[in-house]
Amino acid sequence: MNQKDILGLYDMEAAVIDEILTRGLAYKSELKRGNKVFHALSGKSMVTLFYENSTRTRCSFELAGKFLGAQVVNISVAASSVQKGETLVDTGKTLDAMQNDVMVIRHPASGAARLLAKTVRAHVINAGDGMNEHPSQALLDMLTMREHFGKISGLKVAILGDIYHSRVAKSNLYGLTKLGAQVTMFGPRTLIPAGIEKLGAKICSSREEAVDGADVVMGLRIQLERQKAGNFPSLGEFAKYYGANEEVIKYAKPGALIMHPGPVNRGVELTSALIDGDTSKIEDQVLSGVAVRMSMLALLGKED
Amino acid sequence: MLIRGADVVFSDGVRKSDIRIEGGLFTQIAPTLDPPENEEVLEAAGLTAFPGLIDMHVHLRDPGFEKKETIETGTMSAVKGGFTQICCMPNTRPVIDNKVVVTYVKARAREVGLCKVHPIGAITEGQKGEALAAIGGMKAAGAVALSEDGKSVQNSALMAKAMLYASDFGLKCLCHCEDASLVDGAVVHEGDYSTLTGLKGSLRAAEDIMIARELCLAESLELPVHICHVSTYSGIQLIREAKARGVKVTAETCPHYFTLTDAAIRDFDPNAKVNPPLRAERDRVAVIAGLKDGTLDCIASDHAPHHADDKNVEFNDAAFGISGLETSFALSYTVLVCENGFSLPKLSALMSANPAGILSLTGGEIAVGAPADLMLADLNESWRVDPAAFVSKGKNTPFAGKKLQGRVKYTLSDGEIKYREARA
Repeated sequence: MNQKDILGLYDMEAAVIDEILTRGLAYKSELKRGNKVFHALSGKSMVTLFYENSTRTRCSFELAGKFLGAQVVNISVAASSVQKGETLVDTGKTLDAMQNDVMVIRHPASGAARLLAKTVRAHVINAGDGMNEHPSQALLDMLTMREHFGKISGLKVAILGDIYHSRVAKSNLYGLTKLGAQVTMFGPRTLIPAGIEKLGAKICSSREEAVDGADVVMGLRIQLERQKAGNFPSLGEFAKYYGANEEVIKYAKPGALIMHPGPVNRGVELTSALIDGDTSKIEDQVLSGVAVRMSMLALLGKED
Repeated sequence: MLIRGADVVFSDGVRKSDIRIEGGLFTQIAPTLDPPENEEVLEAAGLTAFPGLIDMHVHLRDPGFEKKETIETGTMSAVKGGFTQICCMPNTRPVIDNKVVVTYVKARAREVGLCKVHPIGAITEGQKGEALAAIGGMKAAGAVALSEDGKSVQNSALMAKAMLYASDFGLKCLCHCEDASLVDGAVVHEGDYSTLTGLKGSLRAAEDIMIARELCLAESLELPVHICHVSTYSGIQLIREAKARGVKVTAETCPHYFTLTDAAIRDFDPNAKVNPPLRAERDRVAVIAGLKDGTLDCIASDHAPHHADDKNVEFNDAAFGISGLETSFALSYTVLVCENGFSLPKLSALMSANPAGILSLTGGEIAVGAPADLMLADLNESWRVDPAAFVSKGKNTPFAGKKLQGRVKYTLSDGEIKYREARA
């Protein structure tokens, strides 16, 4: 892989995705054995720059960097100069001047990671920008699927819920279709973005149709403010008509995986029976996250 | 002065002619005129003479936002673009909502002395959408129209009163059409590229609903209305249908709506962020058809200069607008004439006579007795857009590097050369 940044999967070649997953799987098995000492980033520094709240993604990146031997600094909005009105470009230049090697950014504005990448010499990893992309989440989802099924090609993945606001759904769509999977989607019409079919998704007219024959059923987190904005009447109605439950899952292949990027609203996107069921990968996804982020960081870092 | 040998664009055709200018007016136009010994002669063989261009939708930013543009740099940019008359929008600080600010703009423009500047007054005080601005006073000071540009007056009853009251003073409302509840923070067109980028899009309906409202008000009140920067195929159809049944509506569009689509925002280029947003190919094609069949009456640049600081931020936070005065003519000539077969008289009407007619301005034609406002262009010259070469303070253009046909060489206002292209 020879690219400066990882901003999304829309522009990433299938071979690069494959390379990240292969290396990620190797890290994951090492982590499972309790090995947390690696050297791919020793002598390097990394900063996580989070303009949005996040526990798991920030912690996952931090651990990934530390396991690889990097010096890691975390910056969150409340504690930073952003409150003083510094622009993203100026913040980036400042962090660049401190000789940081990698910047991991999460930001509420679509395109923010690209703006930072354009500004700085350091490698930039997009940890989620607005409604654009969240590549590390999609890569960890794909790593989880590949570990279980041995391949991505030929899988059918159903993604349910708030597609419109979901950078996770989009990054998964790009990555999965590049590796030969089929992606079906279903959600309220108010939360299906214009023209998503042209990006490779099959938009279904019911949960049952979306889930029919699926190898993986993925729920997406619904934010309460989406209800307040008038996208659906209530969380109860969302759960009833758009959530996945034991009845809906009968349409999927036997043993179909249940996935969710977290944090999950129990009984809304997925019922507890599915979240805690035998085929749920929701906890396993978390370890995949650390492993795949190690792989992303190591691949960017090795060029230097 | 004698302008000799230019291909002159008249309303009924293009004819090689000599043009004599005396006392700031065109005094003689004939196939050949002989200069007396002491007459200044501008040899214009190979150049095409257009009536001075008129842009009825420009942001000069002065007073209040001089970091973005001033009346001086804005009018320098105008004459470099071939414009001899421009109308400036009221979203300055303070807002042009009273005779004092109107008087300032006119006086400052006269002092700079490059092109004629006609202020457009706000419809409501401070553009707040609550109470009528001092419309009578602004008219007396020289305002040529009213606009709430940048937004619509959301309250329909107030808009109806504004149109009625303005008509007492012979002023038209120029309507920026946007339903605020539908836009709700959107920064691009809702379509393939809003989905791809994750940038919030607004529907065509956000623009169309307000176009429809203004058409309904104009029809009910039997008053004229002008629709600004139309960008949707569906809005154009609303205007076409209204014209067919006799509603007194005129409309403008901008070069970016017939040259670009929302594909330009694919890589988050903040210079392609404009309001209304760049839309789909279907809309771009409809804008050209609307200009061709007369549904759209004129071309305005919506020149919206910004400082780099206003654009070099997250796309959501970047200012809306394109610096357009210096590319408006060449974009229009390239796309409409070269690529879509518009005649030169048609292009000239869209950029001079029609806006003059809409606002009852003097000028807009090369004719004996008219003010000697004209522009000489080399239509054979192609050039690449270089924002660094703009004289406008606003270097914000999505056309950087684009190859265009047709280059402005001279601009004359009231018989005086106000712009002459520097020799390379």
